[in-house]
Amino acid sequence: MNKLNDQKRRVFLQKTMQGVGYGAFGVIAWSSYLSQSQAKNLILRPPGALSEKDFVSTCIRCGMCVESCPFDVLELSTISDQVSIGTPYFTAREEGCRMCPDIPCTSACPTGALDLPSLTVDNKLDINRARMGLSTINTQTCLAYLGLQCTMCFQACPLTGDAIFLEKERNVRTDMHALLKPVVNPDYCTGCGMCEHACPTTVASIKVLPLAITKGDIGSHFIVGWEEGDESRLIDTSNDVTLDRTPRNKKSALDNVNDVEGILDDILGGR
Amino acid sequence: MSKFLYRHRFYISRRIVQILILTAYFGANAYGWKIVAGNLSSSVLFGFIPLSDPFATLQMFFAGAVIATDILVGALVVFLVYSVIGGRFFCSWVCPVNIVTETAAALRRKLDFEEKEHALTFSRNIRYWVIAITLGLSLIFSLAAFEMISPIGIAHRGVIFGFGFGWLFLVAIFLFDLFSQQYGWCGHICPLGGFNALIGKYSLIKVVHDKEKCLDSLACFKVCPEVEVLNMVGKYSAPVTAAGCIKCGRCLEVCDNDAFHISVVSLAEQLKER
Repeated sequence: MNKLNDQKRRVFLQKTMQGVGYGAFGVIAWSSYLSQSQAKNLILRPPGALSEKDFVSTCIRCGMCVESCPFDVLELSTISDQVSIGTPYFTAREEGCRMCPDIPCTSACPTGALDLPSLTVDNKLDINRARMGLSTINTQTCLAYLGLQCTMCFQACPLTGDAIFLEKERNVRTDMHALLKPVVNPDYCTGCGMCEHACPTTVASIKVLPLAITKGDIGSHFIVGWEEGDESRLIDTSNDVTLDRTPRNKKSALDNVNDVEGILDDILGGR
Repeated sequence: MSKFLYRHRFYISRRIVQILILTAYFGANAYGWKIVAGNLSSSVLFGFIPLSDPFATLQMFFAGAVIATDILVGALVVFLVYSVIGGRFFCSWVCPVNIVTETAAALRRKLDFEEKEHALTFSRNIRYWVIAITLGLSLIFSLAAFEMISPIGIAHRGVIFGFGFGWLFLVAIFLFDLFSQQYGWCGHICPLGGFNALIGKYSLIKVVHDKEKCLDSLACFKVCPEVEVLNMVGKYSAPVTAAGCIKCGRCLEVCDNDAFHISVVSLAEQLKER
């Protein structure tokens, strides 16, 4: 009787631990895949997308934005893409966002992962508020910076003159021509990618990258003194800076030397 | 021939329905049809009825996402339909993975694989554990955990938007079901099936067994993808109340004596049976 019970117990324990083993194996593989797909990626999301982290948790992966895109710019990621599976993205070098004024993709989103209110001003849609990314120019390969005549990105830009403007400069190499350098203004650039799509160099010299990657942040510890009001941030700051260092002796040096008993105490350890 | 058709009437109709639904979704993306747009995670029926997967919605809730009204209403609509007609109707009449798993099972029967020899047997209750793990991982990683690996999503999105390497998942399920465990994915692991089973536990439409007509041929046991639900066969007359039943109608088809029929069974009757 006792032996039978023992056998049952062994089987039970073995089966349980088998389950735990398979479960741990599966959960570890699953978790690593999940944490991978949370990594920062280099793709562009449709207009109005929440921050990447919120976007991947809010997007239900229905693909209705992709279906509604009239220019077939948007794609839905598959397991082979380096993008959180089933989510919409576009590749600017292949197709740039055409900035439809009625924003069909964002309007189609049932979850708010593409946030329509963020593209709405006074109850009117304004696609120019989209911030899908930010253009950056490689000045070593940009034809215009080399002194060749090229304004492709400037012409392709839907907010030309604002998001990309041309800066005139003397060409010191020839001494008789002008450089017409394209410059991106982050205040206007929507990250639509039309410039990257249009760039004639073999590898695009103007690229749109997600804001989280291109955009810098000055931080709160620098004061831009020439901006009105920025200095007022100093008013609320306190001067109480606590530093972690050995406190200074409050007695003068002379008193310290003449304090024979104190020195003896130190040497003899208070004996 | 007509006998074959009659004996596969549900099987064939289910395939037709599955393919028609896939076609409607495909057409919405490719040709802009307005029947049903989106995919099985979230859709819009006839351009105005929102439909959302309640399990995906629950995962998003655990992931800390703000659930939009459209999604909430869609999930409620689906939840209500499932709880009245039965959640696992989805498995047998809509889900594209069902085609894979049933094909593997049919081939397994044709090849006469003995259960014991080739089996990696494990419990059907694993799916309920997988539901718990899914929700746990959703909470930890702020992601709808099952939606990230769901073969159902991969298959359905694959047909509508393109597969990538996603079809390998379906091959894996096919081989697993064929060689390791019969109905291994759909009947044991899939948390969506488990979740739909829980929603539809007390649904009104049930398969009902009539012992008086049963000749103990055990034909139903051979084809049923969830054999445990047939525990009353040959013993007593009762509706199949176990949550696992996917209402595929295979038992009705293979029974030569009509010992099964589908009917509406009220909640009171179901509770009495227990």
